[in-house]
Amino acid sequence: MQVNEYKPLIVAFCCNWCSYAGADLAGNNRLAYPADVKIIRVPCSCRVNPMFILRAFQRGADGVIICGCHPGDCHYTSGNYYTRRRMAALFSMLDFLGIERERTRVEWVSAAEGAKFAATMNDFAQKVAALGENKRLEDLRCKK
Amino acid sequence: MLKCSLDKIQNLFAEISKSAKLYLPVDGKDGGASYGEWSEGVEWSGALNTTKSPKDFFFPQTEDLMAFKTAGKSIEIIDTRSESEDFVVFGVRACDAKSFDILDRVFLSEPQDSFYAMKRKHGIIVTAACTKPSETCFCQTFGIDPASPAGDISTWKTADALYLQANTEKGTALLEKLGAILEECSDDAVNAQKEKTAAIMQKLPLKDLNTDDFGGGKTQELFNNPAWDELSQSCLGCGTCTFVCPTCQCYDIKDFNTGNGVIRYRCWDSCMYSEFTRMAHGNNRLTQKERFRQRFMHKLVYYPENNDGLFSCVGCGRCLAKCPISMNIVKVMKKIGGNKGE
Amino acid sequence: MQKITREQLIEKASELLANGTVSCVLGWGAGEFGYDVTPTVFKTAEEMKTGFVFSDFCGANFSKYLVAKTQKTEGKILVFLKPCDTYSFNQLLTEHRFDREKVYAVGIPCEGMADISKIKAICGEGISSITAEGDTFIVTTLYDDEPIAIEASAVLAERCVNCKSKKHVAYDELMGEDGDVLDSGRFDEVARLEAMTPDERFAFWQNELSRCIRCNACRDACPACTCEKCVFDNPKSGVENKSPANSFEEKLFHIIRAFHVAGRCTDCGECSRVCPQNIPLHLLNRKFIKDINEFYGDYQAGAEVGSRAPLVNYTTADLEPGEVFNREG
Repeated sequence: MQVNEYKPLIVAFCCNWCSYAGADLAGNNRLAYPADVKIIRVPCSCRVNPMFILRAFQRGADGVIICGCHPGDCHYTSGNYYTRRRMAALFSMLDFLGIERERTRVEWVSAAEGAKFAATMNDFAQKVAALGENKRLEDLRCKK
Repeated sequence: MLKCSLDKIQNLFAEISKSAKLYLPVDGKDGGASYGEWSEGVEWSGALNTTKSPKDFFFPQTEDLMAFKTAGKSIEIIDTRSESEDFVVFGVRACDAKSFDILDRVFLSEPQDSFYAMKRKHGIIVTAACTKPSETCFCQTFGIDPASPAGDISTWKTADALYLQANTEKGTALLEKLGAILEECSDDAVNAQKEKTAAIMQKLPLKDLNTDDFGGGKTQELFNNPAWDELSQSCLGCGTCTFVCPTCQCYDIKDFNTGNGVIRYRCWDSCMYSEFTRMAHGNNRLTQKERFRQRFMHKLVYYPENNDGLFSCVGCGRCLAKCPISMNIVKVMKKIGGNKGE
Repeated sequence: MQKITREQLIEKASELLANGTVSCVLGWGAGEFGYDVTPTVFKTAEEMKTGFVFSDFCGANFSKYLVAKTQKTEGKILVFLKPCDTYSFNQLLTEHRFDREKVYAVGIPCEGMADISKIKAICGEGISSITAEGDTFIVTTLYDDEPIAIEASAVLAERCVNCKSKKHVAYDELMGEDGDVLDSGRFDEVARLEAMTPDERFAFWQNELSRCIRCNACRDACPACTCEKCVFDNPKSGVENKSPANSFEEKLFHIIRAFHVAGRCTDCGECSRVCPQNIPLHLLNRKFIKDINEFYGDYQAGAEVGSRAPLVNYTTADLEPGEVFNREG
């Protein structure tokens, strides 16, 4: 008998220079992380506009994670510093509106950290799964 | 004339809601009133009127028209209409009751708007006479008597009772269902209230505002009036006036991509918006002055021209109360019409 | 209640019009009922004598109008700025939204503006006249034989109850005396919400935002919202919408709007003033301001021209987004 276990849909925005390569490394090393993590490659983590995050939730994401180079290592020198400030403010606002704070995260993953990428995704997916489906930022029209 | 004592009004609401969903103005925490569904314990607001007009019941701000699903090269069209059930809108003021006549002429003329028509068929309007009009009220400018509201059933609230009178078959049928709660009575109390309200109407600051300078055929005369520049100069271009207005009827039809299909819906549009009536070639009203002028020319000239002189304003005063910069149809009428109303 | 009078302002404007310093005046135009004031451009002193008004209902912030008016007007525009308006004025200058050379700014003191809905909550509909006598409003209505006296402090607009500053941060000329930056309780309500559980906060905002009719008045009145084309008006953006189709879209609009002005919002309070549904939108902006102050040090947008807004700035030692919540415990 097939058990329908709830699996959260995770959208991961990964910067082209570090985190996406980190995800690649995780794959090359055959490190397991949930298949429901959908990676969207962005030039830099600071490319991620708050609108991207909300739209991901609208279209059915249960959690959104942004991965970029470690502070100081940005390919564009300072992009991830901006990400850090913007996301701190945005996540705090989402929390202020009563949206679960565990549904959003920022993580710094370098190109050499395939293991960290897999571990981060496993941990994040687990935390989001514990919350259950995204109800507070859902758009019913987008449910199948 | 029938009456129901005010201490039994909750019983009256309970009785009505047995046969149909009952909506009535309720007070919000923010101080404004809005329509809400009645359930036990819900009190009828004492506010003069709701912030949003009851046109929402028949012409909702957002309404799904149909949906599409695609699979490969085939496209499935899904009818999203649901057969409406009867509902009662209680406590509608005379101005808003008149607004339905104005909307009817748009939506019920051929080809009929089936979404609107269905809701009109199922909706029963119970009006409530005004006793304390606001300084922003000018319904009498458009020939509306706030003490004798239209609707399927008219009601008058006095200190101790609610008086009811059916005006249509739908109204009579509803009153018959209410049976024992109502008792027969004379018209005296209602007539006394009407007289009192009529006296107040003569004291309203906008009582002398009239429509003599407006109506069909005035387009050439009013369109190029230089005063439009001045009147529209501080308009923010927001949609407050159009969205609180009981007679504004413009809408947009849009497609929403759900990621696995498309929902086609319509939503209120505002002639104040830069995207209003945007077409392939661009926009036909490029400045806020043109958009502003469109709104008032539509209400005071174009609409009456096409509808036997009926103006598309009912004087409810919502735009007077809600415009962020306090620019409104009264100021326009006084300036453009040279009508000082004093 | 206001200490400066209509006559003083007309005199000042007449003088500046007469000596050619300015070509027109951006001021408040009288309405029908004494409280419905419309921003108006006056070209002559005569026009001002008939149509200009200055009262306790002149809350409109003129700063944003300068963006459009300075492009259309020949010569300088005289603008009267209340202390809170001067912050928006500076912020717009920081963002190069209008030409400073085309504006002659006269700072005027403000004792706080009244909120007509608060007055109506006390005396009901049917107001025939409102006059200010000292710190009291005398209101006559159609339904009360005797005039009603209302303490001005009881009907102050929300933003004036929590006035952040009586100090003018920009002007060419100042009328009356300058005040100080005040120690306001403007973050108290934000703190109260923060202390709630997430469920309570969600319920609170769900209820407030559900009233949104998407009239865009908050955006269109906001001096920080001066984009030529808003993303929500652009059919190609994918999020353009003219109505709040469901609770997601209500949140989307207000979160994105508040975020877009975060670090640039001077907390002038126009958004809440103009909202026809009385949604406390200023709380969203104040949440960002409070956070920014706590995370990155005190910052007041518009306090000076040219300052770098916190969200377009950084230090290498900034806190991590994940630490935001740990700090609060």
